[in-house]
Amino acid sequence: MKGMTIIVKTISSWVKVLIVLFGIYIILFGHLTPGGGFAGGVILASSYLLIMLAFGREFVQKDLPLALDSKLDCLGALLFAMIAVLGLVLCDKIFFANFLYQEYLPGKAFDLISAGTIPLSNIAIGLKVGASLFLVIFLLSTFRRDTSVNR
Amino acid sequence: MSIPLPLFIAVPLIIAFILPMFGRKGKAAATALANLVTISLLVFAVASIGKTEVYEIGKWSIPLGINLVLDGLSSLLLLAINVVATAAMLFSIRYMEQYTAKTKYLSLFLLMVAGMNGVVLSGDIFNLFVFLEIASLASYALVGFGCEHEELEASFKYMVLGSIASAFILFAIALVYGNTGTLNMAYISMAIQNSNSELNAGLTFALAMFMAGFGLKAALVPFHAWLPDAHPSAPAPISAMLSGVLIKALGVYSLARIIFNVFGVSVQVGWVLITLGVLSMVVGVFLAVGQWDFKRLLAYHSISQMGYVILGLGIGALILANNGKVEWAAMAILGGMFHLVNHAVFKSLLFLTSGSVEMSTGTRQLKELGGLAEKLPFTRATCAVASASIAGVPPFNGFWSKMILVIASVQAGFYGLAVVTVVVSLVTLISFLKIQRYVFLGELPENLRQTKENKGFMLVAMVFLACLCLLMGSLVLVPGLKESILEPAVKVLIDGLKYSDGIIGTL
Amino acid sequence: MPYALCFLLFMLGLYCAVVKKNMVKIVIGIMVMEYAVNLFLVMLGFRVGGIAPIIDRAQYDPVMRQVAAGFVNNSVDPLPQALVLTSIVISLGSLALMISICVRTYEKYGTFDITQIRRLKG
Repeated sequence: MKGMTIIVKTISSWVKVLIVLFGIYIILFGHLTPGGGFAGGVILASSYLLIMLAFGREFVQKDLPLALDSKLDCLGALLFAMIAVLGLVLCDKIFFANFLYQEYLPGKAFDLISAGTIPLSNIAIGLKVGASLFLVIFLLSTFRRDTSVNR
Repeated sequence: MSIPLPLFIAVPLIIAFILPMFGRKGKAAATALANLVTISLLVFAVASIGKTEVYEIGKWSIPLGINLVLDGLSSLLLLAINVVATAAMLFSIRYMEQYTAKTKYLSLFLLMVAGMNGVVLSGDIFNLFVFLEIASLASYALVGFGCEHEELEASFKYMVLGSIASAFILFAIALVYGNTGTLNMAYISMAIQNSNSELNAGLTFALAMFMAGFGLKAALVPFHAWLPDAHPSAPAPISAMLSGVLIKALGVYSLARIIFNVFGVSVQVGWVLITLGVLSMVVGVFLAVGQWDFKRLLAYHSISQMGYVILGLGIGALILANNGKVEWAAMAILGGMFHLVNHAVFKSLLFLTSGSVEMSTGTRQLKELGGLAEKLPFTRATCAVASASIAGVPPFNGFWSKMILVIASVQAGFYGLAVVTVVVSLVTLISFLKIQRYVFLGELPENLRQTKENKGFMLVAMVFLACLCLLMGSLVLVPGLKESILEPAVKVLIDGLKYSDGIIGTL
Repeated sequence: MPYALCFLLFMLGLYCAVVKKNMVKIVIGIMVMEYAVNLFLVMLGFRVGGIAPIIDRAQYDPVMRQVAAGFVNNSVDPLPQALVLTSIVISLGSLALMISICVRTYEKYGTFDITQIRRLKG
């Protein structure tokens, strides 16, 4: 899949920074404003999709190899599971308890650091959703119309 | 020692996400880790027999939070799921060497087990839907695992019908939320009981959609079209899991929980269940006799045996709704539940033996096989044990559950149903004699002279399940085992709407 | 009644999934069904003249750690919105799986027409 013209390449390499910033904002402020892990993850995946459309698939494959992407995916899921299991261990055997809010770090309302483990869960989910959605779109885009048609 | 309930769901889920990190070189380590997980889940399930517990997640009290409930019915099904999962995982150590991407297979398998454990333990109706979707999506991917022509077609068909069923279930959950205002199963049943226990139009429609959705997941007869294509095309241990526990945990358990514990039985519901059960039994077995593909025949038999289970539940529901004698209803439900557990064991054993035959000879068509009795002795012995169980030959476990069902239906006055049950048993026996004659007896064809028996863990899995077939008759004969394993499950369903008192009262 | 229209949309999706012969159209029909169910869930929480269920500083009393009564009485029900978020994620995963099976089936059989993909019979 070839890339596009040089105008598109230049502009998209500037715009991708803004998209990633916006995605990170939505993930981090998920407990205060609408959005959260899933929506922010989709936005992060779409920034990589913009690069894939503008520069071509081979460039992205060198930049973010599929093996690394699938490991990031698993890492996101494991982080989320670790947060849940830490609740089991630290907060007197209740699974998934919000141990930061209830014991260690209550924080004030409407701050960035409040609501305990919810921002951490948002970050883990954002990482996982972004990685896996990009993986799905990349793998689906390798379909060509007229290869290997055997009946 | 009480095990925290979320471990049943969290342990396979976490390991399922660690496994893809092993890569190509760590295949043996990944397989060993996956087997360790299923064996430890089996140990947890055995350790939690006879306990009842309500676990709130995150210290949020219900109805604000989600809870996990372990009662008699859940522990019986947990036991069945984890026994079959252990055997299938042991079998797939050797069997899945034929396919590539074994670590992805193991990770999807563990996701399916985590989803099924979650369905059985959930106390909240939307949480049940989420775990049902996790297990269903993992099974859609596993059915088409080999990526050959037929597997992809079967997987697409299964996935379309399964997604339509999930949409029906979600619509029904939305209707229930709109009419009662809560999602916790105990609170829903309390709300239904408080409103003079007559279901209004919205809730009746929701019950009908639940029956359609869960009936499709359980492969009852008007909704069975995906099963004869999906179960043969899957790899053998996945066929064993699908036919052995997935249609039960997702279909029959959910239907029983919703009808008996949340909505409450009524005369129409009982008759609908009896009709579905009889149709499934008869249509399944008569379509099965004419099949010439080993696994397709077994898949049609799954439909007919699910008919037995639903028939037992339906007779029990009808007797309870008519305020008849509780002992007769208890016996019918006991027959149904015992047949559910028996079917999990012997049907998965049958699919594993068919997988062993296919791995040795490379074909599944009955006309191309024959005379394998000397070449595959262990496979032949275990297949004979499983065939005798499913046909209802004493002293194997199928006989006891079918006998209890026949006695229960005669006692309740349904003589016609008892006759139909016995006739279907006879036709089942005919079709399994056909398998024995065409696969193991008869002439050995030329191209199969070199077949050898499969050794190693495949044999261990098959022999384990065959021993269970022999010993499970004692679950009803030995009084101690019956009280601790089967009776609590029956009691939960008979008590019906008192489920909600149990949960709200303990907190 | 908007709920009846939601049900009509659901039935349209079911019609499309049952009648059409192209695999991709069947997948689109299933997606329309899932959209209809999500729409139904969100509309259940609606309250006439309601406000969005997001608390801002004006309605929060930090001394008593409580929310103003006006918010609780006027806001739309947020629970169906959380359910719909979960349901959208599930249908995204299901759609990805369905499309990749369609793609692989096209590579094997050469057609998207389901009347010609009929090797499994009986």
